[in-house]
Amino acid sequence: MSEVVKFGRPKGFFETFERRPGSIKKNMSYCPGCGHGVLHKLIAEAIADFGIQDKTTLISPVGCSVFAYFYFDCFGLQVPHGRSAAAATGLTRANPESIVIGYQGDGDLAAIGFNAFIQAANRGENYCVFFVNNAIYGMTGGQMAPTSLLGQKTTTSPYGRNALTEGYPLKVCEMVSQLEAPVYVERVALTSPANILKARKAVRKAIKISMEKKGFAFVEVLSGCPVNLKLKPADMDKFIEENMTKYFPLGVFKDVADEREPVKRATPVYDRAKVEETLYRAMPGGNEAHESLESPLFDRELRVKIGGFGGQGVLSLGLILAAMGKYRNLNVSWLPSYGPEMRGGTANCAVILNKGAIGSPIVDSNCDLLVVLNRPSLDKYLPELGENGVLMYDSSTIKDAPKVKPGQKAIAISAGDIAEEFGNLKCANAVMLGAIGAVLTKYYLTPADAAKFQETAEAAIAECFAGKDKIVAMNAEACKLGYTKMQNAQS
Amino acid sequence: MEYSNKLLLKGNEAVVYGALLAGCDCFFGYPITPASEIAQTAAEKFPLLGRTFLQAECETASINMVMGASAAGRRVMTASSGLGISLKQEGVSYIATMELPCVIIDVMRGGPGLGNIAPEQSDYNQITKGGGHGGYKVIVLAPGSAQEMCDFAGLAFDLADQYRSPVYLLTDGVVGQMLESVTLPAPRPRRESPEWALDFKVNPRTNYLTSIYMEPADLEKVNIHLNEKYARIEENEQRCEEYLADDAEFIISGFGICGRVIRTAAERLREEGIRAGVIRPLTLFPFPKKAFRKHAEHAKSFVSVELNNGQMIDDIRLAIECSRPVSLVNRMGGNLVTVDDVVRHVRKLAKGGN
Repeated sequence: MSEVVKFGRPKGFFETFERRPGSIKKNMSYCPGCGHGVLHKLIAEAIADFGIQDKTTLISPVGCSVFAYFYFDCFGLQVPHGRSAAAATGLTRANPESIVIGYQGDGDLAAIGFNAFIQAANRGENYCVFFVNNAIYGMTGGQMAPTSLLGQKTTTSPYGRNALTEGYPLKVCEMVSQLEAPVYVERVALTSPANILKARKAVRKAIKISMEKKGFAFVEVLSGCPVNLKLKPADMDKFIEENMTKYFPLGVFKDVADEREPVKRATPVYDRAKVEETLYRAMPGGNEAHESLESPLFDRELRVKIGGFGGQGVLSLGLILAAMGKYRNLNVSWLPSYGPEMRGGTANCAVILNKGAIGSPIVDSNCDLLVVLNRPSLDKYLPELGENGVLMYDSSTIKDAPKVKPGQKAIAISAGDIAEEFGNLKCANAVMLGAIGAVLTKYYLTPADAAKFQETAEAAIAECFAGKDKIVAMNAEACKLGYTKMQNAQS
Repeated sequence: MEYSNKLLLKGNEAVVYGALLAGCDCFFGYPITPASEIAQTAAEKFPLLGRTFLQAECETASINMVMGASAAGRRVMTASSGLGISLKQEGVSYIATMELPCVIIDVMRGGPGLGNIAPEQSDYNQITKGGGHGGYKVIVLAPGSAQEMCDFAGLAFDLADQYRSPVYLLTDGVVGQMLESVTLPAPRPRRESPEWALDFKVNPRTNYLTSIYMEPADLEKVNIHLNEKYARIEENEQRCEEYLADDAEFIISGFGICGRVIRTAAERLREEGIRAGVIRPLTLFPFPKKAFRKHAEHAKSFVSVELNNGQMIDDIRLAIECSRPVSLVNRMGGNLVTVDDVVRHVRKLAKGGN
């Protein structure tokens, strides 16, 4: 690319500023002696020279350059105060082919937007940032900036900036260059022609890094604001060179552009088969794999509550029941105890099975099946058992047989003991599941439905512990054991 | 291998599936209970399809990332809960003004302040009246099940595109945390970048997006344009589910988990011979005024069931122009309204009480 300095308006600007309302279409809105015009020019020249205008978005901040999009002949996005880096992240992640340029002042970047900025830098977002540091707030009328110098009088530091009250001027280049991700960090000044040429080189380098997709590039530009610094334009350069550069030294702080490989981002996949494979559930036979149930039991809503100590597998027993219902084409809901109750060490969940639409998923009355694995749950939930409800309890923890109302059934299974004997106390819930199966078989299921119980349970266990083959096999075994033990106890 | 599109999913998971199937390209978010499963599921599933998931450093960053991705012409979504949504509101105001489509999920928890992580519905006013600064509105959908979390994600993206507006899915911790059977829809092809996007493949360099209009006349024009759009939305997009409502003397209304509780309550009341019916709003902005007005012709009384201090009740009163009494059944702080609470209340109304 050409490095020859050209005269006249760079092609990266519009010929006339039609986006600007009002009658002034030829001039920018900046004050005499302001650095924005010069920096705008360097950027406009670069995007035209590099032939990237079509795919470039320049992000206008809040500050004096809020209307930068009036001037640059490229895409423009005007963002909230300080949010440039976040918006840039969104743009470049969404469309890695685009070129994104952040343009921020010292308040926008180093005060209200510093977190967004430093996080984007730290992630190495593929875009470049031009940071205009003029040590003062311009747009709002001369208030203190995070980069105002010690002793500097502004409208909000009328006695001069004091390190004890306002802290020290923020050294952004020094901070950014300490991070791993940034590729290139330089501070330049828009003062002498020599310095402006250095700035030009830095601007072009930063944009090149974005074009090459090498990551985050940052150029801090010490720039003049004679109106708010109350200096004559002629004295502006002197202030920058004599006062600002003492605290904000010029130079390259980091440059690893040659070592960095281009950032590669994934290509979004929309292929129907690939999306289905990713989001649907692999299942031999697909949706038609499982027959519906015929037992009259399922002609009305079935309300199940399961309670016990946390860690007894209360929630997963509920999940397995819900998955079983799903496999038999029922609508199901599973609602875990949620919120403060969880903290007390007890857990419960409600499961509802219904051929039709499920109303309230909360089971706090008319419970058809109550399964309790500890005493507190029995005491708490037994009043919720419905007229002809079935209570199943773990008799290894609940020693005395609970009293139920006429019409209700109370059925004991020493699930804990059986599981321990089986070799894993954690399988008590699967033992209980098998026992539920035996009870259902005895009282409620048609022979055809009863014959499907173990198969359905195994499919549901496999779904709930997907990828954990050993646990699946163990629980399926424990379920079978629970079924047999209950069957024997019932006969 | 054959595949089944019937899954057991939490509401918070289902919304991510629905979004991906609707062609969502990007997710930006920040973890918060009880919405975190949305970010977690997105973190797992988006990369599997080469789509963008990014955990932002804060809520303000995440909404501005949404702004950037939407400006780039992509389908984009974020999710949070109450206090996190409050932080996003600045960005939403800009997004609404620039007329950028996006989908925002609010899985409401207990408030105000840090509140707690139990379910509440107290962001109703915040979301349905706009939320951030300035006179903008957003479309608000109210899913009440895992299936609707999935389906409304797709609907939300379509409405967002159609009206160039942020669309909220406003639900509560119960719907987010509850697991239900969900039938997933078919995957949709990529939605091409709209003509206004900052996407060179559509429209090289000609577009710009802004929300600053220094001339009062210009800004008024923008506001008039936005409000004409909101009027169109109010006219065309009111949605609700009516249940047993046609001959109802008592119309019970609620959204999210309350929409489920009142369905069961209405069935119970009918068994007792009390003619109760349900209007469950599926859109909260626009509020389904037409349905409420229609049923005000025969209903004696309206009941609003809410997990907050009584917010939707005002919209019911406005919808029926206070022509019938409207009473409130509510709980706060993360407690749930039970079927019995509602049944008892309506029973009392039926006996002539208040």
